[in-house]
Amino acid sequence: MTTPTPDAGPASDGTAPDGIDEVVRDRSIIVCCGSGGVGKTTTSAAIALQAARLGRTACVVTIDPARRLANSLGVDELSNSPTRIEGDWPGELHALMLDPKGTFDDLITRYSDSEAQAEDIRVNRIYRNLTGTLSGTQEYMAMEKLHELVEEGGFDVIVVDTPPSRNALDFLDAPRRLTHFLENRVFQALMAPTRVGLRFMGVAAQALLRTISKVAGADIVHDAVAFFQAFEGMEEGFRLRAARVRELLVQPTTAFVLVASPRPDSVDEAIHFAAKLAESDMSATALIVNRVQPRFATDDQLATLTSTLGPGRVGDGPPAALADLVDNLAGYTLASDREEAAFAAAVAEVAPAPVYRIPLLNTDVHDLGSLADVADLLFTPAPR
Amino acid sequence: MDIRSFCSQSRVVIVAGKGGVGKTTMVAALAHLAAGAGMSVLVIELEGRSGVSHAFGGSGDLGYAGAVLHAAGATEVGDDTGDLGAPIPAGVVHARTITPDDALLEYLDDHGMRRFSKRLLSSGIIDIVAGAIPGIRDILVLGKVKQIEQQGIADLVLVDAPATGHTMTFLSSASGLLDAARGGPIRAQAADVVALLSDPKRCQVALVTLPEEMPVNEVVEAAYQLEDSVGIALGPVIVNACYPAVDSLTTPAGDTVAAAGVDLDPALVDSLEQARRFRQRRHELQEGQVGRLASELPLAQLRVPYLFTDAIGPAELDTLSQALAAGIEALHETDPVAR
Repeated sequence: MTTPTPDAGPASDGTAPDGIDEVVRDRSIIVCCGSGGVGKTTTSAAIALQAARLGRTACVVTIDPARRLANSLGVDELSNSPTRIEGDWPGELHALMLDPKGTFDDLITRYSDSEAQAEDIRVNRIYRNLTGTLSGTQEYMAMEKLHELVEEGGFDVIVVDTPPSRNALDFLDAPRRLTHFLENRVFQALMAPTRVGLRFMGVAAQALLRTISKVAGADIVHDAVAFFQAFEGMEEGFRLRAARVRELLVQPTTAFVLVASPRPDSVDEAIHFAAKLAESDMSATALIVNRVQPRFATDDQLATLTSTLGPGRVGDGPPAALADLVDNLAGYTLASDREEAAFAAAVAEVAPAPVYRIPLLNTDVHDLGSLADVADLLFTPAPR
Repeated sequence: MDIRSFCSQSRVVIVAGKGGVGKTTMVAALAHLAAGAGMSVLVIELEGRSGVSHAFGGSGDLGYAGAVLHAAGATEVGDDTGDLGAPIPAGVVHARTITPDDALLEYLDDHGMRRFSKRLLSSGIIDIVAGAIPGIRDILVLGKVKQIEQQGIADLVLVDAPATGHTMTFLSSASGLLDAARGGPIRAQAADVVALLSDPKRCQVALVTLPEEMPVNEVVEAAYQLEDSVGIALGPVIVNACYPAVDSLTTPAGDTVAAAGVDLDPALVDSLEQARRFRQRRHELQEGQVGRLASELPLAQLRVPYLFTDAIGPAELDTLSQALAAGIEALHETDPVAR
């Protein structure tokens, strides 16, 4: 199998990021972003494992509901608080699986004025459904968990495996989206109809609420109002928290690692995400392309084969068995060419950030041994 | 089983699977297959992606108005479908995108609330409403699917579902809403959607997976969840990207080259051998996973071959739908369809 080589190795001129080795050695927050099905969870776990192998105390946070992380770490279940994974490395490796609902409950408890208020919120039907229904809530809770882990201290580095958002913005916008939701003027107007300056708003709000009632039933509106009433006064806490999360994300010790597969849709999302990061004054620190098809021959070699053997499967061509062999080799070469072409644009978009290719592996990653193999492919070997 | 009876088991087929397993490509292949069997097909895209259109050689954007992707005997595909409610002719594939916003506008229009619709959208209030009313977006979209099903404008309605994680939320939204809403037309809509999803004669889910460990784990889990929490019937599992067995590739490249009596540079023989071994190893792993899938999930399997390209065009589509056809023809009428 081919050995993956980064396009740009660690740069020393100070103009380019130092690459994934520097990230895992020095950064304190590593956010892995990418679409679903690209091996993001495995990559996150491999990064955390490498940090532990370098002697750091690392924690990987995943939101992956399919227990893939638990699978690859060789444990059955992970919980909403860090579980230490035992292994033969100088540092520490911890892992947690985000429970968005549980994290939200904790947040409610923290920011409510009283246990009564917290309870009002917890029993509200709309709140109970919120983590599953308000787009961005999972992302928000991932950020919240990150914040909590940073506050509590104890980890040198936290690796966050982000939810596979269809919209890359969800992740960066998540905290703002929730506060926006809670501050919604229609419902605020309804709760405080006499507040100065909101009189007109109140009229408009009433009309809209009537429409909503008509479509969805009065109960829903009643529940919604109760929901917003229960949350009243908590917005400020959420807003402060959201601002603090953003500070965490823009600090220079935070790295964003884009993870992609060579599929066109995944590459498009990686490009989109790199652009969004740039808009928010952040930048991709590295791009990791997973599951790259190995290449077994150069174009010249293939041309030699064809000219030596003649056209396959017709007349004087090679026997079928040999033609099968050649087709197979040519197929992998073609697949490899197409992949390179597909992610060329992503490579350009993240420049000068380095790009790493991890070949399609012969075995699925489902234990610490194979996870270590991935880390070996990605990183310069750690001193043992 | 013949193609037509297979594709007529339920009018709506929701094609679901985790991201990257080739769901959209399978939607296109099924559409191609059914149209080839003389059925009228409507493909519904939910995420505004253009994969289905590309597979048929179209330009990409579908939009709410949709596009004709494939018409038996016709040489061109067009963008204008004319009247959306008009029946689709036999052998023709239409495709359209349905987003929650589109569905809401139409819903409000249909319910005599047109004057509110613009304001709901322009003020951004729809986002708040959608947040406050769990699952309303999904209900609006599924409600639209139900409406299309009942209009009977196509023999087969193929829905390209969101990736698995979200598919669960998407498909369980209706029962969730039934729990949350005690009245109003949205509740009625949710009840209609639940009725559609739980009737195997009207709607089934076709799960798509890859012959690899994690995708197999996920599809097994998804299948049980769909049955248990949504009560939806499952059709055969489509296993995409399977390496077909090629007998000659079990022989080492050196032997094959020697037997053919050709003189090749040893480096070339080595390349042939490496590529051969890689493929054989992938094939072995695949067989293990497909076997495990069969033992953990008692559903029929349809295998679709691995293609050395990601760019699916009309030629690839043809190959894929032929493979599906071969699989379907090998199915017995009595093969289990989960209830």
